[in-house]
Amino acid sequence: MLNQVQRRMLMRRVLQAIPVLILATFSVFMLLKMLPGDVAITLAGENATQERIEEIRTLYGLDRPLLVQYGDWVWGAVQGDLSKSLLSGEAVSDTLARVFPNTLFIVAYAILLAVLAGVPLGVLAASRAGGWADKLVMVFSSVGVALPNFWLAMIFVGAFALNRQWFPATGFTPASEDFGAAVWQATLPAVALAASGMAEVARQLRSSLVEVLESQHFRTLHAKGLSPRAILWKHGLRNVSVNLLTVISLLVNRTLAATVVVEVVFAIPGIGATIVDATLRRDFPVVQGVVLAMVVTVIVVNLIADMLYSVLDPRIAQR
Amino acid sequence: MTAIPDPHAVAPAPSVRAPADADPPPPPPRPFLTRLGDWASDDIPAAIALVVLSVIVACSIFAPWIAPHDPTLQNYDIILEAPSPDYLLGTDDLGRDVFSRLIHGASASVYAAFLSVGVAALLGIPVGLIAGYAGGYVDEAVSRIIDTFLSFPAIVLAIAVTGVLGIGLTNAMIAVGIVFAPQLARLARARALVLKQELYVDAARCFGASTGHILIRHVLPNAIQPVLVQMTLLMAVALLAEASLSFLGLGMQPPEPSWGSMIARAYLYIQLAPEQMWAPGIAILVTALSFNTLGESLREALDPTSR
Repeated sequence: MLNQVQRRMLMRRVLQAIPVLILATFSVFMLLKMLPGDVAITLAGENATQERIEEIRTLYGLDRPLLVQYGDWVWGAVQGDLSKSLLSGEAVSDTLARVFPNTLFIVAYAILLAVLAGVPLGVLAASRAGGWADKLVMVFSSVGVALPNFWLAMIFVGAFALNRQWFPATGFTPASEDFGAAVWQATLPAVALAASGMAEVARQLRSSLVEVLESQHFRTLHAKGLSPRAILWKHGLRNVSVNLLTVISLLVNRTLAATVVVEVVFAIPGIGATIVDATLRRDFPVVQGVVLAMVVTVIVVNLIADMLYSVLDPRIAQR
Repeated sequence: MTAIPDPHAVAPAPSVRAPADADPPPPPPRPFLTRLGDWASDDIPAAIALVVLSVIVACSIFAPWIAPHDPTLQNYDIILEAPSPDYLLGTDDLGRDVFSRLIHGASASVYAAFLSVGVAALLGIPVGLIAGYAGGYVDEAVSRIIDTFLSFPAIVLAIAVTGVLGIGLTNAMIAVGIVFAPQLARLARARALVLKQELYVDAARCFGASTGHILIRHVLPNAIQPVLVQMTLLMAVALLAEASLSFLGLGMQPPEPSWGSMIARAYLYIQLAPEQMWAPGIAILVTALSFNTLGESLREALDPTSR
């Protein structure tokens, strides 16, 4: 299915992702090193004995060179050892395994909604470029991008959870336990998250589609006598699929960030609520673990998107 | 029919001497206010956005003189009251004037937006220009660093940094600025890559200008336009980040007002007084919308092909 050029392209992408992954994990590792004062004393907590501080120092290997510490930390992380919460003593990897699927579920749901609503809006705007439908979609998407999503989430709670009890205001059941309940409970948060994503998708799709529709070979399609609908949906969308992919991979980053606040509004046990809680209680290993999980997720998604480009558009592979 | 030119007529000297395809003489420079007026009537949404932003910046500077009440003064006799002539937007759960808090809250937003975008510009523009101009290994290394920081969700890094360095708006917004920097660096790099091939840059190099001089005097002024557009758009993102962080209790600390923390308090009383969340939310929306509108308008003004 893939030719030589494409395969080489994929290899190059993977190789380029490696230094990014190393730099990113090193930055996350350095987060704890930024702690003011002696890390061992901070980690040991208040009123720690000198023995406890020494114990922590050896436990975390704080007396060894920085790069050795980093190497150990990465090696541990690869094996699923991200040390323990300072407060509950739960292994950070266990916490992540418990809460990360919830976040991923909501993020995936939100992106699905954003694409399902944003694509038709973008196509509508592009097919009537300059008309009132186009202007309406553009105004709508400007507002969508500027909306604070946690505020939108609160409006939804007020309107659809408190005034009319259609959806629950708080709480979440993991999708693995009860998929139907998870979908029902994730709907309000996902819609709140999807608003800005939908606006972004509609906007980007419109501008790339307008550009494509004005190009020479679309004039040829017209001249050949193809119906405008076939041109738009069959040829137009196919030509902007790469742009759509870019927007979606960008949305993963944005939505992961936005879900932090929205999870707090809906009291959903996801990694957003976890990192906020851990930050307020100064539970550093948990903070570090969550950041690591998020950053690695974004890098992997970007890599997959990059690899898909060269499949969707062979011209990219030849560059 | 065409008029036959009179061969004896004496044409005004300049028009005879000037070649046919010469440029018309430049129009006299028009006063700044006239040009501003032309631009405003040409792009009404952007003009409105500029006015809104001016009002908000004015609020953030002159809040103590504009606000009718002390934003932190508590009065337990007037808790969660409806709007009245004395308290234009009512009072919050501690009997503080919502309107005054809204005006003072502009400071946090403006401070956050300018601080983080300022940090991003100071870091991103020089790094991007140098990477693009130098090329080779420097460019390759910087590009990987840019890729790395583009994969950090801004709010998440800000939360982590406040967790480590201590909770506070300044730390948080510097972290947001660091996450923004690669976006500006990428734009500056792309422009520098093109500009270093320009003839005038070559000329400057031939005259023995130093790399620093070339970068600052020749590359920067020509690379700055897309960066300025992106900076305006980032202001809106920064504003939303500040609101989110303050909402979470990780940004502006009480009792100092911020729009995000006002929404957080309103959420506690969403059943008792659901109208409390409207004013700060609308303030955030309108300000972010204004930055975006202004940014898009700048983009179109500077690059006519972007439509």
